[in-house]
Amino acid sequence: MSKGTLYDKVWDSHKVTTLPSGLDQLFVGLHLVHEVTTPQAFAGLKEKGLKVAFTNRTFATMDHIIPTDTKERPFSDPQAETMATALETNVKAFGVPFFGPDSGKQGIVHVIGPELGLTQPGMTIACGDSHTSTHGAFGALAFGIGTTEVRNVLASQTLALSRLKVRRILVNGRLSPGVTAKDVILKIIAVLGVKGGIGFAYEFAGDVFDAMTMEGRLTVCNMSIEGGARIGYVNPDQTTYDYLKGKEYSPEDEAWETAVAHWNTVRSNLDAIYDDEIEIDGATIEPMVTWGINPGQGVGISETLPDPATLPAGDARTAQEAYDFMKLSPGQAIQGIPINVGFIGSCTNSRISDLREAADILKGRKVKEGIQLLVVPGSQQVKKQAESEGLDTIFTEAGAEWREAGCSMCLAMNTDKLGDNQVCASSSNRNFIGRQGNPTGRTLLMSPAMVAAAAINGVIADSRTMS
Amino acid sequence: MTTTLQRKLIKGTAVPIRGNEIDTDRIIPARFLKETTFDSMGEYLFIDARFSPDKTPKDHPLNESRFEGASIMIVGNNFGCGSSREHAPQAILRAGFNALIGESFGEIFAGNCKSVGVPAVQATKTDIESLTMTVEKTPNAEVQLNLETMQVVVTHADRGVLLTVSITMPEERRQTFLEGTWDELTLLVSNMDLIKTTAAKLPYITGYE
Repeated sequence: MSKGTLYDKVWDSHKVTTLPSGLDQLFVGLHLVHEVTTPQAFAGLKEKGLKVAFTNRTFATMDHIIPTDTKERPFSDPQAETMATALETNVKAFGVPFFGPDSGKQGIVHVIGPELGLTQPGMTIACGDSHTSTHGAFGALAFGIGTTEVRNVLASQTLALSRLKVRRILVNGRLSPGVTAKDVILKIIAVLGVKGGIGFAYEFAGDVFDAMTMEGRLTVCNMSIEGGARIGYVNPDQTTYDYLKGKEYSPEDEAWETAVAHWNTVRSNLDAIYDDEIEIDGATIEPMVTWGINPGQGVGISETLPDPATLPAGDARTAQEAYDFMKLSPGQAIQGIPINVGFIGSCTNSRISDLREAADILKGRKVKEGIQLLVVPGSQQVKKQAESEGLDTIFTEAGAEWREAGCSMCLAMNTDKLGDNQVCASSSNRNFIGRQGNPTGRTLLMSPAMVAAAAINGVIADSRTMS
Repeated sequence: MTTTLQRKLIKGTAVPIRGNEIDTDRIIPARFLKETTFDSMGEYLFIDARFSPDKTPKDHPLNESRFEGASIMIVGNNFGCGSSREHAPQAILRAGFNALIGESFGEIFAGNCKSVGVPAVQATKTDIESLTMTVEKTPNAEVQLNLETMQVVVTHADRGVLLTVSITMPEERRQTFLEGTWDELTLLVSNMDLIKTTAAKLPYITGYE
């Protein structure tokens, strides 16, 4: 069992008691709420006459169903309007702070938590969304929960959970120029597999993460769940503190000093014991692209697609299923695969640095005729910042569509969906069958720079040759 | 402890769903998450895997009459990976399933199965294959999943016991099913004093004073 890791320290400080079943009752320091996974939870509270226990530790926004092409209400989709209204009614009735469409701070829940300074080191963070692991970038234990658990957190600010094992993933050395955080996490998932992380929390450590920006770390931790790990985190350091300083909900003055001193104590000890440890050489990582139907089915941009016969039996079956669905073949080069749509956005890659990365490639170039490129900022604040830098002009001049903040075509719960048989180069996190809103739509995951390169060329291309 | 909430012995016929890494988007596509209640989720279980957009049935075990009425699902590895949507186990439950036997499960999905009172137990790859083959060959066989003995026994009315396999599940989770305490709301809320004491010791709750 792990000992002396950040995971152990934060777990222990948040443990309320051991329940008769043996599960730990864990205090949740920050509960983030969005419109899709909460109506039944609020209904559950009403049914039992319960209140939200810690309204000062609960924050809501709207991201999944919100349209990105208009701000007009009512939404064109009546179901979306009903869902939005349900959230607005519930936050009001239960006294939950709400960053709604008119706040100037609305956005994807995993983008606004960090940018508002709500997400801080040493916290436990839960949200009814699997990508809550994102917040682990700050050295928090952050994880996705289901709707019944959302109800439990609303009512008690706690959850009944069992402890995970801790695996340290060391990525040492230096990344080559043009290789991004997205490539690092896609590589990790390709190496460990999509089920490799079941039962584990991932601690990301080593030279590459030490040198990585906060936004890069957010991208990496975001996709921990795609590797099967419910939690992923990076130990907090000066990069973390520099990012948090001056944010709306960050501590100030003397409290800031106390906070930093505390945050330093939650880092994993140098002699911490891990349940497992693996190392990857950062220098060997190249831009990654997925070709299959789960995020572990990815290859480097110079590679060809694998022969299922060379894979273990279970993986071979999934690979064959992927080839059938994706209409691709073993041995085919990843470069040159044609696309119809590009999507830059999602809780993985919709932050200002992601948009800058894409704009660097798109500047002075045109999206290939017949290709649709959507650029969807992660929050209203990201949108504002991008516009102040003129990135929106770069995108629109290149022929891309510049949208309002939301989850958009990552899961296509709003009106942004793939058409029949379309192939999408996407900076999102999941290439599951039907994920982008059409049962025959196909998704290739990659970094924002690589999506930009694909949109310009109309085919998968190496963004490093274009910067 | 409520006896109606206890899950000790679950009996019924089973349906095997072959394949690994079946994610929750496949179990229930996101467009159905726009409903604000779980009431109709059972109708949408595996809908895009079962039907073409023009509603033509596809080749899927849930479309086979020999598996009609099954209440136990036999699945592969990493079943329920991906999205945390509780709509997935809700759809499984509301479509008439009371238990899942799989090689492994997505972490959040397994927790959500507990939340809705559906045990998701694990068996080895070899045993899952044997169970799948046995049930495919004898779809009317009764599958008994015993959380006290942690065994699954497949029995045929005339031919007796066809197969017995061992199952596993995290011990704490198993206890919640045996005790009938898998819905923890009341229990969690009852510890409010302890919760407040724990919170008061956390630097960020007290404003880093």
